[in-house]
Amino acid sequence: MHFHVFDHYQEQSSIIHRLNPRVKVLAAVGFILSNALLPDGAWAAFLLSWLFLLGVNRLSNLGLAYSIRRSAIVLPFVLIAITVLFSVPGNPLLSLSVFMREVTITDMGLLRFVSILIRSWLSIQMAIVLVAVTRFPDLIHALQHLRIPAILTTIIAFLYRYLFVLSDEVLRLLRARDSRSAVVQGARSGGSVVWRARVAGNMTGQLFLRSFERSDRIYNAMIARGYSGNQYTLNPHEMKSSDYFTAAFVLTSLFLLQVIGRF
Amino acid sequence: MSYSSVPLHIPDGFLGLAVSMVCWVISILLLGRAISKTNRALGEKQIPLMGVMAAFIFAAQMINFPVAGGTSGHLLGGALAAIVLGPWAGMLVMTAVIAVQALLFQDGGLIVMGANILNMGLITVAIGYGLYRSVSGRANSLRLGMAGFAAWMSVLAGALLTSLQLWLSGTSDLQIVIPAMLGVHALIGIGEGFITVGALYFIMQTRPDLLDDSSGAFKGGRGWILPGILITLAVVLLSPLASADPDGLERVAMDMGFIQSNRSAPYEVIPDYTLPFLGETSLSTIAAGLIGALVVGIVIALLGRGLKTKI
Repeated sequence: MHFHVFDHYQEQSSIIHRLNPRVKVLAAVGFILSNALLPDGAWAAFLLSWLFLLGVNRLSNLGLAYSIRRSAIVLPFVLIAITVLFSVPGNPLLSLSVFMREVTITDMGLLRFVSILIRSWLSIQMAIVLVAVTRFPDLIHALQHLRIPAILTTIIAFLYRYLFVLSDEVLRLLRARDSRSAVVQGARSGGSVVWRARVAGNMTGQLFLRSFERSDRIYNAMIARGYSGNQYTLNPHEMKSSDYFTAAFVLTSLFLLQVIGRF
Repeated sequence: MSYSSVPLHIPDGFLGLAVSMVCWVISILLLGRAISKTNRALGEKQIPLMGVMAAFIFAAQMINFPVAGGTSGHLLGGALAAIVLGPWAGMLVMTAVIAVQALLFQDGGLIVMGANILNMGLITVAIGYGLYRSVSGRANSLRLGMAGFAAWMSVLAGALLTSLQLWLSGTSDLQIVIPAMLGVHALIGIGEGFITVGALYFIMQTRPDLLDDSSGAFKGGRGWILPGILITLAVVLLSPLASADPDGLERVAMDMGFIQSNRSAPYEVIPDYTLPFLGETSLSTIAAGLIGALVVGIVIALLGRGLKTKI
């Protein structure tokens, strides 16, 4: 399996790509935190946050609309927030009858709903940009520098490494099931739901055993290559003056956004 | 790609900051304990094993089976991870899976990751392991049955926690989100239960040694049974109550000061959501949130200390 199926890193040469991954992680988290802090209906600050995001897209040579194109993932969750349209008290805007029930959309409800949508839409775009401009191993390295415990970052590093191998394994299992599951047009196919679930259970158990045995082989191979429990990288990830400058710039911008959002 | 997500991954923007922070504190405390436990109990050999097992859970979530009308059942994996890896290792593995889903796929947010870890990685493992451990050493059929029930329950518990967090953040109406989330996940949980039982049955047939309860320090002790059963009871009691009488739950929360009737800031832990001496500024809001998170953290730390002798 090609790694681009899962990993949307975009190989480019840009000032954002060259930044220290630590700065990129902190800036992205700071931006998302800033969104969470902005009060409902802070339109000017939301607009400026979006312009900031467009600027990052542009500076990373991703193209202005890169993060917008991939941001639809958040849509299914919008359903969860739809009830605030009716439940927040305010001046009624529109009355509808849904399932025999009279519901009224209020102005405050609409304000809150739109604010939640904008916040999550901006946040998810920043997360999309973060992985597009940072190689995942660099991201893990940044997490290590940010004092995430080594056991967790190592598990995440292994997860990333074997994600592709085990996904291929799953695809083989699924293909094997498909090739044994003939469908006759018009005829009932595929046993009962319980039977299907049991097949899926067997496949999961099979995958577990294959993974378990593979991990033994992996460990032996690692020992053979001198594994001592630590991970090393050739990339030193030193903080340069441009990294400090960027961090200061992002912090100042986010602070200004908060000020603008409140007045 | 056949990667499909379980509808429990909360994106950023849907939870209030105070709720997110409280969830982070709870998750970090539990994970800290998990890390110190596993560091003590496991050799360096187990780290690659846990990494590959995390990739296994991730890949296993892609295995699905058609149910009806284009829907399909698939795995969340918390209970299965807890049963085959033990509770502490299971928590770390699930956390890694959720972190990678958030970082790599934007499936679940970054600020709300603490809540996602709690809902999908920690409570599922606690229920899955606690219930399964209560029948360890019994007949295989009983263990399988309990594993299936635990898997179903763990999904329901995750859904209940998610709904409560959304409601406390003022994102969803309690009267709609609880029945909707619990209804959907009661069905999703059936698939979870079946796949978990199927996988365990397969492992019992082929490598029963891997499910041996006494296989080293990898597994947890009997101290997990009580918390597992208590959380299950809480879910069992709270779910029908919340579905049938959401107003009642809302009233209780209001009386306890968690939410206010005007719902302008429904995630209040501290009255008026500000600290008097700081005035009504955002700084005061943040400080109030932090203090709330700290209080919850201390309570949990004390609870943990009290339980430690027994676990």
